[in-house]
Amino acid sequence: MTTIVPFKPTSAFAPPCLQRAEIDPAVCMLPLLQYRIPAGFSSPAEDYIDKKLDLNSYLIRNKAATYFFRVIGNSMTGAHIHDGDMLVVDRSVEPKHGHIVLAVINNEYTVKRLYACNGVIELHAENPAYPPIRFRENEELQVWGVVVGTVARFIV
Amino acid sequence: MGSGSGNSSTFYRVIMSTDITLVSRQLFALVDVNNFYVSCERAFNPHLINRLVVVLSNNDGCAVARSNEVKALGVKMGTPWFQLKDLVRQHGIIALSSNYTLYGDMSDRVMTILRDFSPCVEVYSIDECFLGLQQLGKLWPTATDMGQAIRSRIHQWTSLPVCVGFGATKTLAKLANHIAKKRPEFNGVCDLAAMPSSQMDALLSVIEVGEVWGVGRRISQQLHAVGIHTVKALRDTSTAWLRARFGVVMERLVYELQGISCLALEEVSAPRKQIISSRSFGQLIYSLPELSESVASYMSSAAEKLRSQNSICHAIQVFIQTNPFREQDKQYSNCITVPLPNASSDTRLLVRAALFGLKRIYRKGYAYKKAGVILTGIDSATLYQGSLLTQYGVDEKSARLMSVLDQLNQKYARNTVSVFYVGSQKTWSMRRKIMSPCYTTKWSDVPIAHAF
Repeated sequence: MTTIVPFKPTSAFAPPCLQRAEIDPAVCMLPLLQYRIPAGFSSPAEDYIDKKLDLNSYLIRNKAATYFFRVIGNSMTGAHIHDGDMLVVDRSVEPKHGHIVLAVINNEYTVKRLYACNGVIELHAENPAYPPIRFRENEELQVWGVVVGTVARFIV
Repeated sequence: MGSGSGNSSTFYRVIMSTDITLVSRQLFALVDVNNFYVSCERAFNPHLINRLVVVLSNNDGCAVARSNEVKALGVKMGTPWFQLKDLVRQHGIIALSSNYTLYGDMSDRVMTILRDFSPCVEVYSIDECFLGLQQLGKLWPTATDMGQAIRSRIHQWTSLPVCVGFGATKTLAKLANHIAKKRPEFNGVCDLAAMPSSQMDALLSVIEVGEVWGVGRRISQQLHAVGIHTVKALRDTSTAWLRARFGVVMERLVYELQGISCLALEEVSAPRKQIISSRSFGQLIYSLPELSESVASYMSSAAEKLRSQNSICHAIQVFIQTNPFREQDKQYSNCITVPLPNASSDTRLLVRAALFGLKRIYRKGYAYKKAGVILTGIDSATLYQGSLLTQYGVDEKSARLMSVLDQLNQKYARNTVSVFYVGSQKTWSMRRKIMSPCYTTKWSDVPIAHAF
């Protein structure tokens, strides 16, 4: 945890005293030792260094099938998907009941939660202001991919 | 190219074995994306699905990809855009500039998926890939099952439609792919290796000989002239006679059609013996500084390609030309070869040589349409013959500098570091007026998902 301490310009603050550099120091020859001298202990962590954490490996399971989409609108705020967020969409995941999916409706991409139970297929918003989209028999729901994550950046 | 040795060994195995089934026959697949550029555009723009779509070449010159609906109208590959304008109005064809960034990324995805099916892969072009299968086909009940699995996985993961052709040779796999594409009854997968010979003969006897991989328009005419019209006729012609008349390449091609594999899978492409970088300008160019900019930029990318195959070149050529289709203009075109005192791959040296050559051939008062550079006398950098009279651009220091330059341009973006100032006003750059967004490679261009 980082604690931010307010800076007080009034507090007594002085730069550490430094010696002046010598303009012309006397030449001083020292022998170069032919042996390597280990300095200090080797790091005890050396054998335990792991690779760094990569957000890509956290968010993306299948690189060849993963695509990004940007969200516009507020119908999914209940699922923590907000206007401006980036969706991570994986086409290799089979869409199932309960998944958040990217569907194609009227030639537009739409993000909704898939409800597929007992032959009933609906797309649910996660915001009470938006009614669910229902599909009748013979109507086709085209799921483009399954949303497997979101990425958001905040203005700071 | 290594195909010679593969040729003889396969050949002998087939000849000496009395029982063909004992021979471990080779099996190749060719996977090809249907209407690749159009399919990539459709993948991210549902409005284009079921519409008539063409993708135009550089500078929006002519149609290089057509959706099936446009093909059905009889629009040929390479039709100039201005000739299409009437059809566009009549049928509402949507035209797009080519978006190579998008196509390149989608191509990478397809090739990645294919590597899951076989480790032996030859990426033949941006939308075509050969797979060497040997025994791998046995993991599936039939090759056709494997083909359908490839088709459905690529479609599921990328939304791109592909066709798959199987054959005992690369030439047959390519032909099988052609059949899979043209004949809907095959459902996108055709396996010539497992097909009964009567059915195969019937198929090959209705395919025009020019469809065979490696038979160009001229050779096709010559074959027609001697009475060989179909693929079957070519396959059944005596190889000795064909060799005497058309040469060894044709003989090899016919062996391939007979199922004797002569062309090996080229998993690593051989280093190129010539590198060309040239383009038509988006608009006509008159001045030397603007031409210099374009030539320097083409040379930079050519030099990068040269280094990426670990080669050096002994000479460069520069050419410039006016637009021969503008008959109202004075015409001029010229080319100059500039030999290098020491072979090099240093962008600084090559750009200097190119600009030196350009200055020699540039004439004032012409409207230039195209410029380009050609690297020739290409050798491996490791076989370099040292010289007493070296200048910069040939030593260890130059190699290190160039490797840093390449790394920077690869890590950040093209032209992050360039040896020649590329002005912000690239009047010579490609004209791509109606280009789609780079949906998969640029944060500002990713498609929108509505949450309404």
